[in-house]
Amino acid sequence: MLRLSRLTRVALGGVVLFILFFMYTPLMVLILNSFNESQISGWPIESFSTKWWEFARSYQPIRDALLNSVLVATGAMVIASILGTLVAFAMKGFSFFGKGTVNILIVLPIALPGVVTGVAFSNTYSNFLTPMGFNIGYFGMIVAHSTFCIVMVFNNVFARLRRMNPNLQEASADLGAGLWQTFRLVTFPQFRTSFAAGALLAFALSFDEVVVTIFTAPPGVDTLPLWILKEVGRPNQASVVNVVATVVILLSLIPVYISQRLARAQEDER
Amino acid sequence: MSTKSDFRGSRPISSFFLRKPKVRLISLLSLPMTWIVGVYIVSLFLLLITAFWNVDPFTSRVSPGFNLENFIMVFTVPAYIATSIRTLFIALSVTAICVLLAVPLGIYMAKIAKPWLRNILAVAITLPLWAGYLVKIIAMRLVFTEEGFFNWLMAPLGIRGPGFSIPIVILTLTYLWFPYMALPVYTAIRQIPPNLFDASSDMGAKGFTTVYRVVIPLIVPAIIAGSVFTFSLSLGDYLAARFTGGATQMIGSIIAANINLNPPVAAAYSMIPIAFVVIYLMVARRTGSLERM
Repeated sequence: MLRLSRLTRVALGGVVLFILFFMYTPLMVLILNSFNESQISGWPIESFSTKWWEFARSYQPIRDALLNSVLVATGAMVIASILGTLVAFAMKGFSFFGKGTVNILIVLPIALPGVVTGVAFSNTYSNFLTPMGFNIGYFGMIVAHSTFCIVMVFNNVFARLRRMNPNLQEASADLGAGLWQTFRLVTFPQFRTSFAAGALLAFALSFDEVVVTIFTAPPGVDTLPLWILKEVGRPNQASVVNVVATVVILLSLIPVYISQRLARAQEDER
Repeated sequence: MSTKSDFRGSRPISSFFLRKPKVRLISLLSLPMTWIVGVYIVSLFLLLITAFWNVDPFTSRVSPGFNLENFIMVFTVPAYIATSIRTLFIALSVTAICVLLAVPLGIYMAKIAKPWLRNILAVAITLPLWAGYLVKIIAMRLVFTEEGFFNWLMAPLGIRGPGFSIPIVILTLTYLWFPYMALPVYTAIRQIPPNLFDASSDMGAKGFTTVYRVVIPLIVPAIIAGSVFTFSLSLGDYLAARFTGGATQMIGSIIAANINLNPPVAAAYSMIPIAFVVIYLMVARRTGSLERM
């Protein structure tokens, strides 16, 4: 065992408490401020009310932004799920020249700074596609989000495929099942939980994304983070922003929570 | 899967694919690779090309050409050089603070905390990772604003926060990316065999000496793996600077400000963070720490 003096142990405990305080205080201050009655956020909060929550619920720009966020995240999730699963199958079942390169290509969109990815897409859309007479509009946002979400699905599905018993697929083929039948009845049931977990993480990642969205959203279209961004640009933070921010926290944590539960359910299955 | 099917006649398509692994591989990879290369890699390439183009100063319209001016600007305009250095300094500071916090946290979690507390802490460290990037930035803005939580908390001590400036940007970025450092460091400390600690203390090393001479050398690969995230994510960020930095500009701020007014300059300046990140990745790869990611 690591032998540390009592004082050192207490000091280490102190550091841990400080870290937890540092990580959770800002979120608490933000969530509590969503119940701040005053128009402008601050601390301490003089009086609490749910009036900004009620305001946000019926405020049309926020509802539009929420709808856009959900649409984009759903589109990105669907595309990334298909592409990520295909790559996972290729990486699992084959060894081929350039495998390492494919791996880097999958990770690159999330490894490079968001501003670079965003600017690259924006540049292609407005300086190349538009002059060619092709206006990508709303779909450009979904294309960009799908690209950096692929890695989420890939990681989850690939990790599961690696632990899967390949004999089952062979047995299925020996028994006369076609490729699609084997996939549907034998392979897919074995990795569907990881597939769902990866898809949910992709949804959460897209829902939360803002930098790439800034550069790829068509004019006049806001996602929830974009809406927040525009509001916070003003000198003081309005309390209604905190309501939307709290909604973003909840809506990104719920998919992650479900995906963790799915991953755990799968651990138990084996 | 190389077993030939006896039902070749009844399932022509399936048996064709079963007999031809190369065709299977190509049909699996063609769609995703067309997407990533066709959409993303081509976009990065077009960005590089745009960096050589000309721009009409009045209409902001770009026109094809071959112009090294934009790259020369990036390396000669003092404000751009200063911003590059400032950004590098911020990213390195964030990484250093993350290491300084992650090592004691990892030691506490792996070696002192009881199993139940360890699990709670592991969840507590991971959870904020998913709480929303922009949300965390505006939460920090709320804490460090003039009438905010920090000044309220410190008022009895007579301390006032520095206001929105570089130190707050560093803190915000640390807040955003700390879990990426904390988790690999904790995992690495947990994997150190306990008898190494026994051996170290049998040979007369005190706790601190053991940490310094045994723990730290063994977790260097994990620190490098974590630093890839803390460094490159901080390097490319600009919203933290925009909302908690006052007038602080980072590389991303300049790219974002130019993308509509002067796309070629934005494109040329984009190559700086790409170069920094690629160099950092290559150095990290040399140490062999990337395999554990």
